[in-house]
Amino acid sequence: MARPGTLAEAAALLRELSAAGRPVRPVGGGTKPWGAPDAAGAEPLETGGLGRILEHNVGDFTAVLEAGVPFAAAQAAFAEHGQALAWDPPAGGGATLGGIMATADSGPLRHRFGGVRDLVVGVGVVLSDGTVAKAGGKVIKNVAGYDLAKLFAGSFGTLGLIATLAVRLHPAATATATASGASDDPERLLRAAVALAGAPLEADCLDVAWADGAGELLVRYSGGTAARRAQETAARLGELLEAPRADEDDAPRWHAQRARQRGAAVLKVSGLTTDLPRVVAVAREQRATVAGRAALGLYWLAFEPAAGDALAQPGAAARDDLARRVAAARTALAPRAATLLDGAAATLALDPWPAAGSAQVVMERLKARFDPARTFRPGSFVAGI
Amino acid sequence: MDAALLGQLAEAVGTDWLYTAEHDLRVYESDGLLQYAATPAAAVLPGSAAQVQAVVRACARAGVPWVARGAGSGLSGGALPIAEGVLIVLSRLRRVLAIDLENARVQVEPGVTNASVSAAVGPRFFYPPDPSSQIVCSIGGNVAENSGGAHCFKYGFTTNYVTGLELVLPDGELIELGGPELDAPGYDLLGAFVGSEGTLGVATKVWLRVVPAPEAVRTLVAFFDSTREAGEAVSAIVQGGVVPGAIEMMDARAIEASEAMAHAGWVAGDGAHRAAALLVELDGAAHECHARFDEVVAICARCGSDDVRVARDEAERQLFWKTRKAAFPAMGRLAPNYFVQDGVIPRTRLPDVLERIEELARAYDLLVANVFHAGDGNLHPLVCFDAAVPGQAERAEELSGLIIDVCLKVGGSITGEHGVGVDKRKHMPKMFAEADLDAFQRLRCSFDPAGLANPGKLMPTPRLCGEVPGPYRQHPLEAAGLAERF
Repeated sequence: MARPGTLAEAAALLRELSAAGRPVRPVGGGTKPWGAPDAAGAEPLETGGLGRILEHNVGDFTAVLEAGVPFAAAQAAFAEHGQALAWDPPAGGGATLGGIMATADSGPLRHRFGGVRDLVVGVGVVLSDGTVAKAGGKVIKNVAGYDLAKLFAGSFGTLGLIATLAVRLHPAATATATASGASDDPERLLRAAVALAGAPLEADCLDVAWADGAGELLVRYSGGTAARRAQETAARLGELLEAPRADEDDAPRWHAQRARQRGAAVLKVSGLTTDLPRVVAVAREQRATVAGRAALGLYWLAFEPAAGDALAQPGAAARDDLARRVAAARTALAPRAATLLDGAAATLALDPWPAAGSAQVVMERLKARFDPARTFRPGSFVAGI
Repeated sequence: MDAALLGQLAEAVGTDWLYTAEHDLRVYESDGLLQYAATPAAAVLPGSAAQVQAVVRACARAGVPWVARGAGSGLSGGALPIAEGVLIVLSRLRRVLAIDLENARVQVEPGVTNASVSAAVGPRFFYPPDPSSQIVCSIGGNVAENSGGAHCFKYGFTTNYVTGLELVLPDGELIELGGPELDAPGYDLLGAFVGSEGTLGVATKVWLRVVPAPEAVRTLVAFFDSTREAGEAVSAIVQGGVVPGAIEMMDARAIEASEAMAHAGWVAGDGAHRAAALLVELDGAAHECHARFDEVVAICARCGSDDVRVARDEAERQLFWKTRKAAFPAMGRLAPNYFVQDGVIPRTRLPDVLERIEELARAYDLLVANVFHAGDGNLHPLVCFDAAVPGQAERAEELSGLIIDVCLKVGGSITGEHGVGVDKRKHMPKMFAEADLDAFQRLRCSFDPAGLANPGKLMPTPRLCGEVPGPYRQHPLEAAGLAERF
C-alpha cells in the first residue's frame, strides 16, 4: 500500500510505480469504488497522509486543503467560523475532499451552488511521471491559464492524483425550511417542477423524489426568511399537487432524499427537467427509486435486488435480475446518458459508462498526454480510458 | 499567402466573404486592446458551422495558423490576428437556434451578442454573465474568455452556464461536448474549453443555461471617506451572509471622471471626504431582498458612510449603473491614454493593496484611478498617461506590471476576466511554475497537436507538442467479453 505524506513523496512514488509499469488506484475514504473494475494488482494510492488544512481564509471565504482531508473534518473546521463548503454528497461522512472531487459526487445543494467543479477554484495534481503541477489559484475569480481543476473534477482518478484543492466557501445555512407537495401522477409532478424551476424562488434545493409509486417535490430554503418562504411555496404547491406542507425540522427528509442516490446499483441520468415523466415511468417499470434535481434535469435511479437474495453469490438469480433491470432502464432512457455508479459494475458485469460520443478522441489524447504510462486506473474510465 | 489555400478558403465561404485586401483587413487589426495590431493574411466570414469546418480543415492541411474572432471587444489581445495566418470572423453566425424555457436552455450561434440572449429569454428568464461590453460582445467570445461581469460574485461566470458546445477542433474535426443536459460522461472538456482563449478550437454552437429573472432588485450607492472604510463595508456585508447581485467600488478619481460624463450628482475629491463610492445591488425573492437591503443600508452607515442613496426607481438605478460603467470611457477626461489592469486579490486585502497602488502611483508620478468588482476582489486600476510625452507610456506599463506583482504577492491572480491573450503572457511565469505551464501544454496539445489555433496567446512562450505515446487500448470488460461498447 502506498501512502505518501507529502506531494514530493507522492511524486517519487508515482515515478517509481510508473517506471515499473504498476497501475495505481487513488483512494480517499474508500467509500466510492466506482467506475469499471481496476486492473488486477492495481496499487491503492491512499491520500490519508495528505490530510492537512493548509489555509482557511475566513474573511475571503476560501480554503486550501490537501485532498485527503475528510469532508466531515473540513466542514467542522469551516463551521467554527459560520462557513461551509456547499457540497452535500450522500453519505459524505467518510469521504475525502479529493474523492468527492474525483467522482464529482453532488447532492441537492447543487441546485443553488453548482456542482463540485463550480466551487473548486484551484487544484494541485501529481502526474504519473512525477510532475507536480497546479492550476487556478485561491481567489474566487480568475481566468489565468487553463482550468485544469474542472478537467480533474469527475476524472475518477484516471488523469493523475488530485493532491490539493482550493475551494470557495459560503456562509453556513442558519435556519432551513422545506416545502413539499405530493402526487402519484408524474405529469402533474412535472408541471409543478416546471412552475417552480421557472420562478425566482432563490431556493437552496429543488428536488423530486419517487418511491413506491408515489412522488414528491421538495423545495428547501435557508436564512432568516426561510420558514415564511417555505409556507408561501407550500401554499403555491397546494394549487399544483396534493398534501402540501412546510417543515422547519427538515433535516431527516433531506437525509432520506440524499440516501436515494445510493443503492445496490445506481444509474445517474443526465437529462432535462421535462424528462421527469419518462424517468419515473422507467423507474416504475424496473422497480427503482428516483432522486432528482428538478431544475437541473439530473436523476439518480437506485435499484435493490429482490428481497433476501445476496448479490455476491455466484450465479445468483437476484444478480441477474438486477443486471437485467439496470440494462433495460438504460436502454429505455436512451439517448440520455446513464452512468452506473456505486460499485455495481463489477458485480453486474456491465460497463458503468455510457458512450463518450464524438469527444472521445480528445479524451483519449488527454489521457495519453497526462498519463502516458497509463498508471492511473487504466481501463476503468469512459471508452476504456 | 499560398494561392491554393486562398482558393480553398474562397470555396469554403464564397468569394464575397473572403477578404485579402489591406483596406478590408485593417478593420480587424486589433481587438479592444488597441496597443497591439497586426493584419492577417486573409479574413473569412463563414456563414455556417460547415463553412467554419471547411476553413479550419483547409488551414490544417496547409499548416497555416488561424485566430477566431467574435465581436473584437476583448481586452487582452486574444483576438489579435497573426500576420501570416487566417482570421475567422464569426459575426455572421448570429442565429438563436433554440429556446426551451421549460428546461431553461437556449442554443445560439457564437456571433450572437451577450445581451440578445437575455432579450431572447426575457422577461421571465435572463442570462446572468454580463460583461460591460454586453451589447456588442459575442457569446463565442464570452466562451473563449470565460467572461464575468458585475453580477458574477453572485451568479458566476460563463463557465457556470455553458452546458454544451459544438466545436471544430484544429484538425478540422467537428465534435460535440455536452448538450442541453449537464454532466456528459467522461472528462469535463467543457470546463477545459470555456476560458481557453481560442486555443483549443472554435465553437460553432453553444447551449446555455438561463435562470429565472429576480422578483425584486434594490440598488444603492454609499459614499465613504476612504477606500479602507468602503472595503470594510464590503467585508461586513459579505461576512453577514448577504450575497449581493453586484458590489462595485470606485475611488475618488473614478467618481470624478464618471460624474463628468453621467451627471448623477456624485461628488468626490474635496479633500479626503468621499474618497470612495460603493454601488450595491441586491436581487432575488422580494422578502429576502428587501430584508437584506435594510441590513446593507445599516452596514454602510455603521462603516462610516454618511451619504447612502437608494435608487428610488428604475430610472435612477440605470443612472447609478451608467455612472459606474462610464468609468472606463470617462478616463479620457483625465488623460489621453490609459492601461487597464485586471488583477484579482483576496477581498480582505483590498485596503492594503489600494494603499500600495497609491504609493506606486506617487513614485511613478502617474495618475491611477480604481474601479473594481469588490465582491470578488477583481481590480481594474486605470493607469493614466500621455503617449505624446516621451517615456510616459513605458513608465505606465512598468507601473501596471508592478500592480500585478502586488496582486500576486497577496495571493491573487493576474487576470480575473479579461484573459491572458498577448497582453499578460509575460506575467504568466510569475503566477505559474514551469511544471504548471507544462501541464497546461498537455491540455493544449490534446486539442491542438499541430499548434494552429491562436498560437502565441495565453502561454508565455510558444511551445511545440511532442508525439503522443501509445495507441488506444481495449477496455478490460470488452477483453473479458463482458461488455460491448454502446
